[in-house]
Order: sequence, then C-alpha cells, then structure tokens
Amino acid sequence: MNTQSRLEKILASGELAVTSECGPPRGARPEKVKEKSALLKDHVDGINVTDNQTAMVRMSSFAAAVIIKQMGLDPIMQMVARDRNRLAMQSDIIGAYAFGINTMLCLSGDHAKFGDHPMAKGVFDIDSVQMINMVRRMRDDETFQGGAKIDGAPKMFIGAAANPFADPFELRVMRLAKKIKAGVDFIQTQCIFNLDKFEEWMKGVTDRGLDKKVHILAGITPMKSVGMARYMKNKVPGMDIPDTVIKRLEGVSKQQQPEEGIKMAVESIERIKQIKGVHGFHIMAIEWEEKVPQIVEQAGLYPRPKV
Amino acid sequence: MITAEQKPMQEIIQYIAPYSKILLVGCNECVTVCAAGGRKEVGLLASALHLNHLKQGKTIDIKEITLERQCDPEYVEELAPYIDGVDAVVSMACGCGVQTVAGRYKKSPVFPAVNTRFMGASLGQGVWAERCKGCGDCVLGITGGICPVARCSKHLFNGPCGGTSNGQCEIGPETDCAWRLIWERLKELGMEDRYEDLMNAKDWRPGGAAGPGKIIREDLA
Repeated sequence: MNTQSRLEKILASGELAVTSECGPPRGARPEKVKEKSALLKDHVDGINVTDNQTAMVRMSSFAAAVIIKQMGLDPIMQMVARDRNRLAMQSDIIGAYAFGINTMLCLSGDHAKFGDHPMAKGVFDIDSVQMINMVRRMRDDETFQGGAKIDGAPKMFIGAAANPFADPFELRVMRLAKKIKAGVDFIQTQCIFNLDKFEEWMKGVTDRGLDKKVHILAGITPMKSVGMARYMKNKVPGMDIPDTVIKRLEGVSKQQQPEEGIKMAVESIERIKQIKGVHGFHIMAIEWEEKVPQIVEQAGLYPRPKV
Repeated sequence: MITAEQKPMQEIIQYIAPYSKILLVGCNECVTVCAAGGRKEVGLLASALHLNHLKQGKTIDIKEITLERQCDPEYVEELAPYIDGVDAVVSMACGCGVQTVAGRYKKSPVFPAVNTRFMGASLGQGVWAERCKGCGDCVLGITGGICPVARCSKHLFNGPCGGTSNGQCEIGPETDCAWRLIWERLKELGMEDRYEDLMNAKDWRPGGAAGPGKIIREDLA
C-alpha cells in the first residue's frame, strides 16, 4: 500500500470499487458541493471533483475537494494540464495533501475552445503522462519535478483517464501501457456505451497483462433522454454511442426514458462485471447525482465494503 | 516561412489618420511568398488608401518601397534617404521587420499593416499551415517528422488525448490529430515500438521560457 487512499484500500482488498463524480458549482456556493456529495456518500468509495470541466470556469477542484473532505468523505481531485504549469500543479498537490486529499486524477483537459473562455491561452506545460510521472516521483522519490527534495511529500494514489473509443484504436492499449510506465495506479475510462469495443480493448489490456499493473474502473453514464444520447453522439469529442442505444431510448415514451437509461446503465455494469481485468466502476451521472445510489443498489454493488 | 495576413483596412486607416505623408514599406521575403506584404501588396494597399482618402475629399502622399529583407539592418538602411520626407512609416513586414525599421528610425512612428501569424509551410495555392513553434529543442527525429508542439492543440508529448474523432482533433474536423499522423508515420517506418518511450517533461527555456531568445555566434560576430 502506497497511500492512505480509501480507494486504494478497496482495490487492494479485491472488491469491485465504485466512484462517482461531483461537478463543482459556477460560483461560491459551498452548499451545492455538499448537497451533491451527500447524495453519493454511502454508495461510493470516492468522489471525483472535476477541474473546470468542458473548459467552463467553476469552483476549483482543490477547494471543492476540501469541502468534501471536511464532510468526512473521500474526494478524488482531478487536475488538468490545460490550466496550470508544473509549479502551480505541485503547489496545489501539496496543498491538497495538507488537507488530507490523497487521491487524484491526472488529465490533459478539454480544449479551451469548448468552454466559456475560448480566448484563453492553454498552459499545457506538461502532458497528462508527464503529470502522472511527476506525482509519482513526488510520492515515491520525495522530489519535485525540478529535482529538489520535498519536506513532507504528498502521498497521492494516482489516477488517469483512458478512452478506449478514441482514434486510433490500435494505439489505445499502448497509451495505457505508457501511463502505467509513468506510474499510474488506477484508470477511470470514458463512458462505455459500445460494450463490444470495450471488451476488445480489455482483451488487448489483459493479453499484455496490464490488468495486473493497474486497476481499471469502467466508466458508466446513465442516459436521461434520447436527446442527451444524440447530443453525446454528435457533439462530445471521443464519445462512441452505437445506434442501438439511441433506438432503445426512442422505443419508450419520453416519461419512461430516464428509467430506461438507468436500466441500461445497470445492464452495462452487469455485463462489464464479467470482463476480466475490470476492478470497479466510475459512475458519471451528469447533473443527475441523485440516481447514483439507485444504480449502485440495482447493480448489486451495495453496501460498500468498510475498509 | 513566417506567415502574415493584412490587418483590417479600418485599423490601418486609423493608424495613419493624423498623417499626410506615408512611407509604405514591403518585404521581399516571407510576406511576399505568403502574399501579405510584398511589392504587389504594397501597391494594392497604397491604391486602397488613396481611394479611401479621395472618398473623404482628402489626399495622401504615399511613397512605396519594398526592401530585400526588412529584418536586416543592411537593407533597412535603404530607407534613410526617404525618412525625413515622411510623417510616418507603414510596414507590411512581419513583426521582426517592423521592429528593425522602428529601431533604426527612432523619430518616425512605424505602424504594422499585417498581423504576423505563425511559422508555416505552404499546403497548396493560397493555403499555409503552422508547422513549427520554435521550441528550441527539435523532437521531429523521434516523432516521425511531425511536430506535436506545433500540430497537437494541447502540445502533448506522449500520444493522443481522448478527444480524437475520425482521425481529427477535438477542436474541429479541419485539424488533423497530430498523434494520429505521428502514429501512422511511425508504422510506415516500422518504428511503432518507439511510441511507448516516455517523453519527459519539456525544458521550455530554449523556446522562450528563459526570456527573449538570442543567438550569438562567436565565429561570425
């Protein structure tokens, strides 16, 4: 065990882990963070706190993670390479760890073009793979990226994302291998709707034995409506939504679509549980956090183990 | 080459509004090749400015001259005989040329008539695309001849982000994913295994992080 992370303890115990996420508010409203997190608290092992997701300014992931930590819960602080150089990253990592935040996720970040500040200059001083390596060295070698010793090294359990559905597909297992080489501990995947393709990717992962070196949490998103499914298919970069998903939602009345979406999410979890090398689930219920407990319960992932 | 595009007419007109005698200076190098500030564009801009003044019932005296290289003091010296006879200089060179002229003729206001865009290459008639960021530590030797600094929208060094769709960058279908191109090229060269080499965090000092760049060649200076 490298850290005090609850997620690390769950994964080390061999149980399937469950994480979910909380998008911080677009304003100084700590109660919003508390409300969302309270909905998740008994049903997950960690709560991802997004970092200016889709390049829209929000309360910082660091601040929102502190609020969640102070509720006695387990935040997973996301950090994107878009908004910080290596100095800012390292100081925030130390700061977060000083508040007891021990789990984080290293990401490139959506391009600023998608957000409400498209005129902003993206930083991209280091990339997500280099960020993983920097955080690992801060933990294991107790050194800053620049080489100096850290007095009070942050012991982070290090996560990253993987998108098995983006192009070029044949590179996606190699990209995971690279993140493992850099020192990643766990992976949360992009939302899985094309299960056949996910199985193919996982086969590539297990064929190389990579599942023995990293914990993979499968990304699950319940569809609220057919409109949401169409939007994700056409507008969200790197998303793979098969037509069968859209047809199935079209096949029920508008009022029944949310329930159908949840049913589909639970079915996906049941099928993915059978895939070798999957060690848990990351449930991203976008602005629909109140449904996470229902999904976790129906998928047989409740109660959460005590560690 | 360094690419540039002409500024909006209104901006150029505003710059020169207080003046009646203008020296309009083009450059025979990059801006000629990208059709932004060579002899031809100097002529066209001069005509447009004349026309604009005529419409307003005014006249303007414009002396046109195109230098061999506006970023070179030797050629910029050629403006000396004309400079005292004008109120202002309008340069159609890139930012390097504008500053060389402004540095030499300190009493004359010098205005840019083009926006300098990027270091790029020609893709065909009338199309130029960015190819180099001048990062000062070239990685093309290990990325199959395709630059991730200039051509990946996030300057990623270790492979494509999750936003690639149909081989294109997440910022839009008109931009190829640089890492898709790098991967295809590495495959063509039989160098796929090189992809898994970790590329360490870049030292940005040679590319400007250490302050404005300067090269001093002792053997030539």
